Amino acid sequence: MEFITSALENQILLTVLNAALPLLFILPYALVTIYIEMKMAAHMQNRLAYMQTGYHGTLQPFADIVKLLQKEDIIPTAADKFLFILAPYLVFVGTYASFAVLPFSSAYAGSELDLGIFYLVAASSLVVVGILMAGWASNNKWSLFGALRSAAQIVSYEIPAALAILGVVMIAGTMNLQTLTSLQSGGIHEWIIFGGTLPLGHKLALIPFIVVLFVIYLISSMAEVNRTPFDIPEAESELVQGYNTEYSGMKFAIFYLAEYANLFLVSAVAVVLFFGGWASPFGELMSGPLWGTFWFVTKGMLFVCLNIWLRWTLPRMRVDQLMYVSWKVMTPFALLCVIVIGFILVL
Amino acid sequence: MTAFTNYFSDVYRTFRSVAIGMSVTMRQMFAPVVTLQYPNVKKAMPERVRNRLYMNFDDCIGCELCAKACPVDCIDIEVMKAPPTENLGETSTGQKKRIYVTKFDIDIAKCCYCGLCVYPCPTECLKMTDVYEFSEFDRNNLIYNFGTMTPMEIEVAKGKVKQNEEEQAAKKAVAAAQAAAAKATAAAQAAATPAPVPPSPAVLAPQPPDKDAQTPPKAE
Ligand code: SF4
Ligand code: SF4
Repeated sequence: MEFITSALENQILLTVLNAALPLLFILPYALVTIYIEMKMAAHMQNRLAYMQTGYHGTLQPFADIVKLLQKEDIIPTAADKFLFILAPYLVFVGTYASFAVLPFSSAYAGSELDLGIFYLVAASSLVVVGILMAGWASNNKWSLFGALRSAAQIVSYEIPAALAILGVVMIAGTMNLQTLTSLQSGGIHEWIIFGGTLPLGHKLALIPFIVVLFVIYLISSMAEVNRTPFDIPEAESELVQGYNTEYSGMKFAIFYLAEYANLFLVSAVAVVLFFGGWASPFGELMSGPLWGTFWFVTKGMLFVCLNIWLRWTLPRMRVDQLMYVSWKVMTPFALLCVIVIGFILVL
Repeated sequence: MTAFTNYFSDVYRTFRSVAIGMSVTMRQMFAPVVTLQYPNVKKAMPERVRNRLYMNFDDCIGCELCAKACPVDCIDIEVMKAPPTENLGETSTGQKKRIYVTKFDIDIAKCCYCGLCVYPCPTECLKMTDVYEFSEFDRNNLIYNFGTMTPMEIEVAKGKVKQNEEEQAAKKAVAAAQAAAAKATAAAQAAATPAPVPPSPAVLAPQPPDKDAQTPPKAE
């Protein structure tokens, strides 16, 4: 932040630049992730994926983007035009707004909000509105089904996710993501997954519950990004493409971008909450604003890869199984963990 | 109590199966790739593979056995008997060629790769190769013209055939005339009868040149 502030006097320009920085990250990140995802998926199936465009197909994501951009942008006659156009942007805005509080390094976070994580959970809920809007405006039964499933799914899975986040907030005592990260910057043993900065006895007692919370958060974050095994809103085999069936060209590209941005967002939140955010695993060694960005992005990408790995491993769940897992398994477990963590912290 | 234990064993089994699945996919990630980069790398074909027909026109003696054997009638041959004086050369199997093959087209789009045309050929000039990449944008390009005679050569050959036929006819006429004359003299000697008119030479209308017969053969 300071380096930008000192370089620029103009307040408006500064704000715009500050707001645009995550975008500068998201665009190349999406290209890289599309590539990684295709390669991982292909190798898991003993294939090679892209090989023709550039070295081992490295230019293929660019080709994909160019292809999407030049495609015809169709708006169905029966669609609600205004909502139809608005929906993809709303989805992206919901995701992008959440990037505002992510601490990319000790020197940069879009906004060091005190209610950081609370704001993030709230802002990312906007995605549901966008998806519902897309499904409704498309005037297509598949889209509507997809949108309704998506809403049901995201709303259900936000509860265990919020409980897992609550557990972490109880341990750290802050909702400010930047502060939360600073607390964990003493090295790998101070990461919240290993009990944070608490005394050793507390730590040992806490670790199993935090790990459970972490797993719960991981599962619900996968559900929130609508990816397999939780991709029932898109379920190609039943719903064509779910809520984005009717979308094409640029609008589809934005949905696509939002999905990948959201994927990084949930991974980054997992990293900040449990794995020390931008903090170096070696304490003082290799830390600093630039190293911070490096650690943050590396850890985030590891979780993105984990997500991809799971996506290409597991089949899709049925709707009732999905609800069962959320309400009957994850919510009680998360509640139990939060209560136990509360007791341990009081003792 | 069973419901209670079932609940926990379900949770356990879920994680177990996810872990097994993940280890399988992770192992497959580093397993060798089984697909081929097709246009660059090709699968080796079996030895006796039957794909595109190859035809060695130089060895064709125009017997039309292949055209008769073909179940889909995709071989189109036009032949002309050469005059016995003409030397058309020999096939590589040592057979003398006696027939002009003015047209030898194979419609490879109709071909079903049965190979039935290959076996009857007495000079073994048809062969099935392992070439399988010959798609075309225009269907007409799939009619392969194997004949090598140019329209000019065909005209010349036709001329020769015609000339030969005329010669033959003239010879016949002369022979007939001689025979008739001999008869006539014999008859005249017997009684004074008018000499018979010699039969006119057999009329053989020149055939119009075949328009599409002789486009140059396609490159292999
Ligand atoms: S391979 Fe069969 S179908 Fe093809 S030309 Fe020969 S006989 Fe006809
Ligand atoms: S069977 Fe052989 S020699 Fe006879 S016409 Fe066919 S290709 Fe020519």
